[in-house]
Amino acid sequence: MKAIAKNRKPGQRDVIFPLVNGIVLCILMFVTLYPVLNTVAISFNDGTDALRGGIELWPRVFSTKAYESLLKDPMIYQAFFISVSRTVITTLLNLFFTSMLAFALSRKEYVLRGFITTAMVLTMYVNAGLIPNYLLISKTLKLSKTFWVYIIPTMFSCFNMIVIRTYIIGLPEALVESARIDGAGDIRIFWQIIFPLCMPVLATVALFVAVGSWNQWFDTQLYNGGKKYLHSLQYLLKMKLATTTQSMNAANTSAEALKSTTQTTPITIRCAITVVSALPILLVYPFLQRYFVTGMVLGGVKG
Amino acid sequence: MTEPARKPELTRTARIRKFFKTLMGQKQLMLMSVPMLLYVFLFNYYPMWGWIAAFEKYNPKLGPFGSKWVGLDNFKWLFNREDFLFSIRNTLAMSLINLVFGTLAAILLAVLLNEVRTRAFKRTVQTVTYLPHFLSMVIVVGMAQNIFASNGTVNSLLIKLGLIDDPVFWLGEEKLFWGLVGVINIWKEVGWNSIIYISTMTSIDPTLYEAASIDGAGRFRRILHVTLPGIKSTFVVLLIMNIGHLMEAGFEIQYLMGNSQVIDYSQTIDVFVLKYGISSNEYGIATAAGMFKSIVAIILLFSANFIAKKLDEDTLI
Repeated sequence: MKAIAKNRKPGQRDVIFPLVNGIVLCILMFVTLYPVLNTVAISFNDGTDALRGGIELWPRVFSTKAYESLLKDPMIYQAFFISVSRTVITTLLNLFFTSMLAFALSRKEYVLRGFITTAMVLTMYVNAGLIPNYLLISKTLKLSKTFWVYIIPTMFSCFNMIVIRTYIIGLPEALVESARIDGAGDIRIFWQIIFPLCMPVLATVALFVAVGSWNQWFDTQLYNGGKKYLHSLQYLLKMKLATTTQSMNAANTSAEALKSTTQTTPITIRCAITVVSALPILLVYPFLQRYFVTGMVLGGVKG
Repeated sequence: MTEPARKPELTRTARIRKFFKTLMGQKQLMLMSVPMLLYVFLFNYYPMWGWIAAFEKYNPKLGPFGSKWVGLDNFKWLFNREDFLFSIRNTLAMSLINLVFGTLAAILLAVLLNEVRTRAFKRTVQTVTYLPHFLSMVIVVGMAQNIFASNGTVNSLLIKLGLIDDPVFWLGEEKLFWGLVGVINIWKEVGWNSIIYISTMTSIDPTLYEAASIDGAGRFRRILHVTLPGIKSTFVVLLIMNIGHLMEAGFEIQYLMGNSQVIDYSQTIDVFVLKYGISSNEYGIATAAGMFKSIVAIILLFSANFIAKKLDEDTLI
């Protein structure tokens, strides 16, 4: 590259670098998307045929069997319902509480501001660890085996609070002052003036919280205690993953035997459930992209 | 002697009185913040006293007061265990790989994107590369199992290129596990981690680039002398944050992708805690392991912060 740059006549436009750069970035996009497309292709392939491997971007023997058998299972609807409800409820509550605190901590005149902010920020670095938290939630608060274990421990997040607070501080101070002169209290100022103005940043935070809640499987694993109707979609996928790992090992030894017995192999089912549980995110994501970049930048380094 | 001492005393009471007077005028702000403060105390600070279990043969039925006090025995036991020492090594190795290569990859991507002049193309690359960040680790590991399967794409590609003769069993080789975790983590997060660098780069004063061009700097010299110095302080702040998180190699990917063949290289401290604490009810030992991790993390954070202060950079706390 150096040689090329040196030989370039002055004033001549540099075309090599943009070209190479473009090609590198296109390869990167391909590498990023490939595993997703590969999974979709396998999920639409015939089960027995998929065992042979070698499916890349397009199904070799097209079949919707995996989806059919998946959608016949009533568990999937229940899990979908649980995942949707936990995501919606968590997002609404988290947004409400987090933005309310963010507003209070954005008021410079608030005398408890410094103390509360420090107490909050420290939680980002110091935590009690898995076992004390587990004992708190399951033994002290007795939240295990309930739906509320998905909601109550995730009603607040410090990082998001900082993102919203930074945004509120950036709003014109005169808004609050003039409302106060008109006799409005802090709650009213927050609810009627600040909250509606925070919509762009709240969209960002909503995306973070919703994705986090939707993608969570570990709380089900820890606290569920065999209550099948409380399983989330991600947890179902996780269980499928575990069973296929076992049968994959089995397939190595006797692939022929497996081929003759199973119509729809777990591999295609697993890919189908992967697609189903990723779908909501893939659908919503492109529309929210312009919001979350601003949000990341607001919270980013300050966090 | 007593006379001059009384004066600051008085101002202190006056200050306290003023504090409470202001506070009483801020009832609504208190109503909006104190419940969340209590919430954080309950969920983040209160459990810390569960650390007492690290010094006990903890039995949840007897609670922290009824359980037998064993002093440092749990810690002694831990440090005599090979699998705990392995998990410390694995945690540090995997998070260092993540930190070094993850940061390099993110900066490289940001530099490349910063050189793109077509806005639509830049946006497309960004949209695509941020996407994996939003997929759950379960989904990502599921996809990785397809790609790295013995008859998966990676093996068939490498065979076609003539680099290997027989398929490699990627997920069953302990020597490959760290690298595989690194690759998957970079794949998942490189776009997301580059956001912050890209936004820092766009805030670099464009006249610096012009001045560099007039001085005869080519593209690479401009990157080297304008772009990279421009992101230095962001880099340092993120480095400190990440050093504070060095004990967090994550556990989801290791937990989901680990198997009995690779356990010596896949088990992190978190997975160890999970195995002993939740699966075999050894709360005391698991708490001790978790506490060790938290304390090392705090020490790392404060030392990184201290070094940054010495270097006169932005600090975190």
